[in-house]
Amino acid sequence: MIVPLGHVLILAGLLFVAGLSGVLLRRNLIMILIGVEIMINAVGLVLVGASAYWRSPDGQLFALLLMAVAAAEVTVALALVVYLKRSRGTIDVNRFDGMQG
Amino acid sequence: MATLLFYILATITLLSTVLCLTRKNPVHAVLYLVHALFALALLYFLLGAPLLAAWQIILYAGAIMVLFLFVIMLIEPPVAESRTSGRVIHWLIPAILSGSLLACGGALIAMDPAATNAIASYWMTPRDFGRALFVHYGLAVEVISMILLFAAVGAFHLGRRYRPTTKEDVS
Repeated sequence: MIVPLGHVLILAGLLFVAGLSGVLLRRNLIMILIGVEIMINAVGLVLVGASAYWRSPDGQLFALLLMAVAAAEVTVALALVVYLKRSRGTIDVNRFDGMQG
Repeated sequence: MATLLFYILATITLLSTVLCLTRKNPVHAVLYLVHALFALALLYFLLGAPLLAAWQIILYAGAIMVLFLFVIMLIEPPVAESRTSGRVIHWLIPAILSGSLLACGGALIAMDPAATNAIASYWMTPRDFGRALFVHYGLAVEVISMILLFAAVGAFHLGRRYRPTTKEDVS
């Protein structure tokens, strides 16, 4: 292990918090999806770091499965974005107030 | 050497991520995110996952980010090309990020390949990766492929043109 596992975890935590703040603070649907992508990548970094720390292949394999799941998620999410833009004419999440939440 | 590279790449990743999340223009945000994902792929390489680093670039920085750009182009109204401003600040930060990323990649390539075991104490070759994946996680691969199929069908269904008169046309 070239660096302590704690430093990898700190980096991943900072990335996750950055992505989460992007999800919470931005109102553009595309930017929210980008925040989700950053959070998924932070989790992947934790998996790879844990794999290097415990010298086990499982972390890297799960990082690969995570990538595939992220690809599936982003496919459906972007299709939804296009659908919302067509049906509502906007992707500003503050305008989606039809449920009166 | 490898430790120093790790901290440099961590800084690049964090900087690109913050720049990505603070951009007004989604296209600029996606390009900064590609920077961050490239730096993350080099981090994977440093942590002993060369195959995963290649897939990070091919799958994430390639396919998924192009999908993002495609959707942005699809839903944003086309605008006339604005003239490139000559202000240094507009190209200096991306140039520094790209240059340092390129230097880090070059340093990784220049490291003695015979000493790759010195980069990471745990180094997983593609052969080990494939063996571990298909021997122990074969069922997971099947499940993931089903998820990808469902996602493709769902995206196809959502992406159809909405035509209210279709039902009357059919019946």
